[in-house]
Amino acid sequence: MPHQSQTFRSSAARLAAGLSFAVAAALGVAAPAQAQTTLRVAMTAGDIPDVTGQPDQGFEGYRFVGYTLYDSLILWDLSRSDVEASLTPGLATKWEIDPKDSKRWLFTLRKDVKFHDGSDFNADVVLWNISRLIDEKVPHFNAKQFAAMRTRTVNIDRAEKVDDHTVAIITKEPDSLFYIQMSFWMMISKAQFEKAGSYEKYAQMPSGTGPYRFAGLVPRERLELTRNETYWNPKRIPKHDRLVLQPMPEATTRAAALLSGQVDFIEAPSPDTIARLKSSGMQVITLPYPHNWHYQFNFVDGPFKDKRVRQAANYAMDRGEMVEMLNGLAQEGYATVPPSSPYFGKPVLYKLDPKKATALLKEAKCFPCEVTLAISTSGSGQMQPLPMNELVKSQLEAVGFKVKLEVMDWNALLDVTFKGREKFPAYHAVNVSRATQDPFSGIFRFAMRKQWAPAGGNWGHYENAEIEKLITDIYNTFEQTKRDAMITRVHEIMNEDAAMLFVTHDLNPRALSPKVKGFVQAQSWFQDLTPITVGTTN
Amino acid sequence: MWHYIARRIVYAIPIAIGVTVFCFALVFLAPGNPVQMLLPADASQEVVDLIMKTYGFDRPLPVQYWTWLMRAVVGDLGVSIQSNRPVIDEVLRALGNTIFLSFGAVMLAFSIAFVLGTLAAYYRGSATDRGVTALSIVGVSIPNYWLGIVLVIIFAVELNWLPATGMGPRGSETFNLFEWSHFKHVILPIVTLCMVPVGMITRTTRSAVSEVLGNEFVNTLRAKGLGELAVIRHALKNAMPQILAVMGLQFGYLMGGSILVETIFNWPGTGFLLNKAILTRDIPVLQGTILILALVFVFTNLVVDLFQTAVDPRIKRS
Repeated sequence: MPHQSQTFRSSAARLAAGLSFAVAAALGVAAPAQAQTTLRVAMTAGDIPDVTGQPDQGFEGYRFVGYTLYDSLILWDLSRSDVEASLTPGLATKWEIDPKDSKRWLFTLRKDVKFHDGSDFNADVVLWNISRLIDEKVPHFNAKQFAAMRTRTVNIDRAEKVDDHTVAIITKEPDSLFYIQMSFWMMISKAQFEKAGSYEKYAQMPSGTGPYRFAGLVPRERLELTRNETYWNPKRIPKHDRLVLQPMPEATTRAAALLSGQVDFIEAPSPDTIARLKSSGMQVITLPYPHNWHYQFNFVDGPFKDKRVRQAANYAMDRGEMVEMLNGLAQEGYATVPPSSPYFGKPVLYKLDPKKATALLKEAKCFPCEVTLAISTSGSGQMQPLPMNELVKSQLEAVGFKVKLEVMDWNALLDVTFKGREKFPAYHAVNVSRATQDPFSGIFRFAMRKQWAPAGGNWGHYENAEIEKLITDIYNTFEQTKRDAMITRVHEIMNEDAAMLFVTHDLNPRALSPKVKGFVQAQSWFQDLTPITVGTTN
Repeated sequence: MWHYIARRIVYAIPIAIGVTVFCFALVFLAPGNPVQMLLPADASQEVVDLIMKTYGFDRPLPVQYWTWLMRAVVGDLGVSIQSNRPVIDEVLRALGNTIFLSFGAVMLAFSIAFVLGTLAAYYRGSATDRGVTALSIVGVSIPNYWLGIVLVIIFAVELNWLPATGMGPRGSETFNLFEWSHFKHVILPIVTLCMVPVGMITRTTRSAVSEVLGNEFVNTLRAKGLGELAVIRHALKNAMPQILAVMGLQFGYLMGGSILVETIFNWPGTGFLLNKAILTRDIPVLQGTILILALVFVFTNLVVDLFQTAVDPRIKRS
């Protein structure tokens, strides 16, 4: 393998470079002077997300690498702060269910769109992109991205070209919410991939249709993107020349990098740095977004199978105290989705009532009520899991619970969540926070029988006959207003059942340097960086 | 001499093999599944199986170990699950950056500690001695990750003199030591890392030199009318093997023990790589990095031993 041995040699050269100051200096290359505006972002991700299509590193990957380099057929409208972000046309100008066939979705594609490499975007490219993530037999199949997308693609039967600018996707079962999945499907350049020949090579020259072009990557350190002057949506051509993304999983490091002027934009500053950031003139932005920090109950083993015990736990929560502990970087959580969601409705709210909680526990003959909660030390969306769980524990114990926290690392907790309550009967609840962006991943998968773990996200095997019926109907209802009312009803029933221990919703904090102007934070996991202008960088 | 070298190298082989078994097993003993991070929380069994197969995790452990070992012997440590790049490439690049940092820190530590330790030994029992001893205890006791954060707060955040993170303004690939804007990035991490070696080397120098100074032959030297500087020179020459051994060990510790410091400073070395690999459960990178670090440690010890032999012929004879 000539390629391999060559990289080996160049690595050896670098190693030698490290061995002596003099040699290192001799190999050094002067960096070009910067005369353009650059937006430098510190991400919480441990690494640079995958640039070859479907990003990894969770929704942060989608936020910074997905919707910057690429577009999906349907995009999220991230242009306003006042409502939860909704869908908007992307590479498709229109989508609808075939009036004659409730399993056939029609997508009308945008014309005159070109990839960064100059090739055309059309129906053939869309079909190629679909096969990339569902068909194991094609050469451009990507196993890792297939796995990550599987829950979204599992209902697809096949895709067809209707004409050059229309594509039909046929689902196995009628699914009125299917179109939402296409907002997570990045369209990569077929021509560029074919030129590269493999994903390894394509990773060094990725090409999409997005508002930013790929400009370079230092593995594990930084990804550089530049403005796409010819972006199809002139309103979203970036107002800065260059975007630099750096992974910095340590919150302290991110705050120090912002304060010392090394970056302009940091994700998720920790609550204890907020005062310091503000006093240095940094802009700290918070806004509700579809996130739920809660516990999923075990409905089969242990005390939580009794609705009264679940309600008691919910009545025990002093959510105001939690928000205070987090320095205001969260909002009180009373249901699966935050109140700003279109599906919130009028659920039963379990406001703090310790007396009622104790009474319910006594009525359920579980007093003191011993429960074990599985929690993690850190993890995506988990906020500050250790102090938060300690607080929940003390609040539960104040009303008559006896709580044991089973602490594990993030991977181990994911394993518990993934395998379900059957494998872990000793745990009575798990604390895994979730994105609640769409009705399926935010609500249904925690309530449906079909989603009982390990098949899906319903860890504790919750079940409600009315919800089962509603969800079946929802998937067959193609009229949006009617459907939304039914989704709202599912959400309300989950509260009536006290299906989760509701605690808090994150407020998605980020901190920006005073030089950064024009950022509009959306109520979404995704954000649009294109309107940002940056004062001259140092 | 050659016989001695050969014997030392042969001793190193079982250690290296033990290390490979250990680091391979360690990763699989950790809770969670190696492909978990690639999968959504609600992935189906079908998807899990496909991914396990793609990365070869479905085969029995001894088979996986053997395949991995055979490839590792010829320098192929597999491909990173996260970045799709050859692990050997990633590890060597990171190793270069860590060696740069560790070497810089040990050299800086040596220059400081050598002077301090000799002074303390020469003026044994004096205020200088006590001051130096106190300083070396402080150096050894301060946790370097704490010191790193404090230095960042003072010099980067408050004074804005030095950058808080990273290797050079545009990443490690364009790093140039001789440009001030790049060199600035090196100062805080090296100062942070050199504190423990300063303490250790000072203590060793002090005790080694004072031990030699207490020997009778020193009296003979003085009786022959030799100047004090010449006496110290003789003493240092005799104390050198011990000091070198400690330096070598410190270098080895810094190579493997800078995870926290590299994470704080976002310095793209092996500690930083290990941290990323742990966070993302990138098993091939984890195994490759631990293996290379362990081998570097074994190799450093070997070099130190051989070097000591060269400086002090008594070791060879024993």
